[in-house]
Amino acid sequence: MRWPLALLLAFASPAVAQESLPPAPYAYRQLDDPALEAKAQALMETLRCLTCQSQSIADSDASMAGDLRNEVRTRIAAGESPAHIRQWLIGRYGDYISYKPRVSSTTWPLFAIPLVLFLVGAAIVRRRFGRRA
Amino acid sequence: MKGVRWSLWVLVAFAALVGLFALQLSRPKNDEVKSAMVGQAVPQFALGAAVSERPGLSNADLADGTPHLLNIFASWCVPCAAEAPQLAALERQGAPIVAVAIRDRSEDLEAFLQRYGNPFARIGKDDLSRVQFLIGSSGVPETFVVDGKGIIRHQHIGEIRAEDVPELMARLREARG
Repeated sequence: MRWPLALLLAFASPAVAQESLPPAPYAYRQLDDPALEAKAQALMETLRCLTCQSQSIADSDASMAGDLRNEVRTRIAAGESPAHIRQWLIGRYGDYISYKPRVSSTTWPLFAIPLVLFLVGAAIVRRRFGRRA
Repeated sequence: MKGVRWSLWVLVAFAALVGLFALQLSRPKNDEVKSAMVGQAVPQFALGAAVSERPGLSNADLADGTPHLLNIFASWCVPCAAEAPQLAALERQGAPIVAVAIRDRSEDLEAFLQRYGNPFARIGKDDLSRVQFLIGSSGVPETFVVDGKGIIRHQHIGEIRAEDVPELMARLREARG
C-alpha cells in the first residue's frame, strides 16, 4: 500500500523549483582557507539579499543570493578586501544592499539625533540639579 | 506656566511623529531596488550564446552606435512569459532588443522562445547572474535602455505591460540623442 506512494515521492520534483541549474560553485561551498572564509562570511552576513530583502545573502536560499555568495567568495579568494567589495556593490545597488549603516547626506540625522538628544538631556539635568548643588 | 509650555511642545512633537507614521504607512509598499548604474557605462562582460540560433552578448555589442533595449529574463520566470507580447510589439516598432538569459538551460530556452516568440537579436548565457551584479539588476525580468555608446539610460523593473511600451520607445528615441 505504501510502496506506490514512496515510489511517487522518489521521482517527485518540487513544483515550485525556480530553475533547474545547479547552484554556483561557491554558493554552498566554503573557501578552503578558514581565515578567508571567515572574512567572506562576515561580509555576507551584512549584505542584503536582493530578491528576498529581509534576509542577508548568508541566510537566503534564493538563487541570486547563492550567485552573490559565489561572487563574494571568489573575490575574497582573489585577495579583494571586504570593504572594497561592499563599496563595489553599493556602487551598483546603492546603500540598500548593505546592512552596515554609513553616514551620508540622507542618513546623518540617524547619527546626529542621538547625540543632540543626549546633549539636551545633559543640559536639562544640569539645570535641574546643578543649581541646587 | 513654564511646565505647560513644555508639555505642549512634547504634544506637538508627538503629533508630528504620528502624522509622519500615518503618511508613510498609507503609501504603497515599494520594494524595488533601483540600479545605481543608470548614467554609467555597461561594465565589461562577454557571454556565450544561450541558444544556437542567436549569437552571445558582450558589452561591445551594446556600444555599436545604436541604442538597444537590454532585456534580462529567464525561461523559468513567469512574468517574463507575460511580457513577451510587449517585447514583440517593441520589436515591430523597430526597437533593437538584446537579452541576457539568467541561470537557464538551452533546451528550456528553446522551448520558451518557440512558445512565446524570439524578439532578441542576441542572447547571452549568464549562469552566475554576473551581468545582473555588473549593471545593478535585482531580479527578472528587467529591461535597460542602453544608448549607442553603451551608457545605461533607463531601467525598467518588472514585466513590461502594454502601457509601458510607448514610454520605452520614447526612452529609446531619447537615447538616440
